[in-house]
Amino acid sequence: MESLMMILIGVLVTVGTYLVLSRNLIRVILGTAVLSHAVHLLILTVGGLKKGAVPILSQSQGPFTDALPQALILTAIVISFATTAFLLVLAYRTYKTNGSDDLQELRGMSDE
Amino acid sequence: MNNLLVLPLIIPIITAVVLVFLREQILLQRVISFLTMIFISIISFLLLNIVKTDGIIRLDFSGWLPPFGILFVADSFSILLVLTASILTTICLLYAFSTIGNKHEKMFFYPFVLFLIAGVNGSFLTGDIFNLFVCFEVMLLASYVLVALGGGRRQLRESLKYVLINVVASWMFLIALAFLYGTVKTLNMAHIAVRVAEVGQDSLLTTVAILLLIVFSLKAGLLLFFWLPGSYSVPPTVVQALFAALLTKVGIYALIRTFTLMFPLNQDVTHTIIGIMAGITLVLGCMGALSGRDIYTIATYNVIIGVGFILIGLAVGTEIALTGAIYYIIHDMLAKALLFLLIGMMFYVSGGETIVKKMSGLITNYPLFGWIYFLVMLALAGIPPLSGFMGKVLIGQGAIEAESYVLLALGFASSIIVLYSLLRIFLASFFGETTISFEDKKPIPKGAYVSFILLALSIVFVGVGAESLAVYVKDAAKTLMNPSIYIDAILKG
Repeated sequence: MESLMMILIGVLVTVGTYLVLSRNLIRVILGTAVLSHAVHLLILTVGGLKKGAVPILSQSQGPFTDALPQALILTAIVISFATTAFLLVLAYRTYKTNGSDDLQELRGMSDE
Repeated sequence: MNNLLVLPLIIPIITAVVLVFLREQILLQRVISFLTMIFISIISFLLLNIVKTDGIIRLDFSGWLPPFGILFVADSFSILLVLTASILTTICLLYAFSTIGNKHEKMFFYPFVLFLIAGVNGSFLTGDIFNLFVCFEVMLLASYVLVALGGGRRQLRESLKYVLINVVASWMFLIALAFLYGTVKTLNMAHIAVRVAEVGQDSLLTTVAILLLIVFSLKAGLLLFFWLPGSYSVPPTVVQALFAALLTKVGIYALIRTFTLMFPLNQDVTHTIIGIMAGITLVLGCMGALSGRDIYTIATYNVIIGVGFILIGLAVGTEIALTGAIYYIIHDMLAKALLFLLIGMMFYVSGGETIVKKMSGLITNYPLFGWIYFLVMLALAGIPPLSGFMGKVLIGQGAIEAESYVLLALGFASSIIVLYSLLRIFLASFFGETTISFEDKKPIPKGAYVSFILLALSIVFVGVGAESLAVYVKDAAKTLMNPSIYIDAILKG
């Protein structure tokens, strides 16, 4: 199961990297979102996929599943959510002000 | 256990949230944010003295004992940086009051400065590496807003790059954390140190360490500084000063913490790489500073040279060198903030001119302003008795001890380049015939003068009063050199 997950993560990272390297701004932002999903899965996988019982003392005797990776992922998802939202707004403003969402064109633009 | 420890993080966050509701009351916003920063400075000073008498203190959130819960740890190193950052932000706020303008103030400028300082203080104080990631993100999100606030064409373009670079860096941070957790099954920094020592720092852990090195180098501007000159030159002056003073230093702090506490075992690989990176950073930074024609390029490349110089201290890794590095970080925070404030003021009084050669004779109209620039130039070049001297001497002494003469030579050659690049501004822009007649000259706001003078005084104090800081700095370096002090305070206390 872990190996399958690692392959999936690899595919996601590939897709994300491809998108981040493209010229279109929206694709770049989508790329960062895909990359963050990949790393969330990575945290889940290296923490060990479901091996034991629910980590609640009164409900089972153990061995328990490690709950920490899920807490980490929850935090990371919230953060990447906020960052992506901010990036989208920033991209929209940049598009409005500069009149282009093509990174190559943005680079060559004069300042005023 | 000491509940004071959480205040440098929580107070700015609470006040920032309150300030959001006071959007229209600018005067109230100013007063509250200023008092908050003064309060935090006092708290950090108290904490510094508590650490001095009682040793390392920690705060386990909701009573979860380490290594299970998240905790805040204050040793002399982190609390010294918290104190410097808080004092510096207080002074920068004074500058902001008179220069930032109504538009920024109404667009939540002060709340975001407070969020930024909350993230910075949190990063310095946390004892849990995932919490370090969270505090980094708090700081970065605030910095994203601050760098984009204002919304000029160039500003938006540069902030887009800044944000994207940092998003990718944070992503790599998470990857490093995932592998670290998968290998050592803990996130508490002290506990990681213990586990790494138990299993030995094998190639997998060294790879994780190098991944962390890349992440923190991106934040600190060590070698991977390609994003820095662009994004540091677009926001308003006071934001530039805060960024130059705080953001890169947080990266440096994380680097020093990682490679003295958690991964100190494979120094042949990690410290050699840091040394090479620091050397190249110095060379490239000097080239940038020499080739710059406008004041912003010269100033931003000076930030990069500073980063390279501090990390010589880490690469060399002796106790004296680390003492020097700590002195130099404190100096660099103050001096770079002042440099950027002065450069921004030059831009303002010369009516939007950035090219060095097109400005002339500023010192005739603004004598005090000119002499403060002269002072900060000497401090950055490391002339005694100003603040840069102590750090340079000690880092140099450490480099001689460790026989890394190449780094030593590069470090001191860079001081000369720093002096030259800043002296060029001084000679061309401050001396000479004035181009602005006495009647047309724009007055420098009083608040700005007060902040210049306060920063200049603190630079002089760090230089002249180096002896009074020595107790704290030596203790900080001792803890860095002997990670067991830190580990025992957390896991056995």
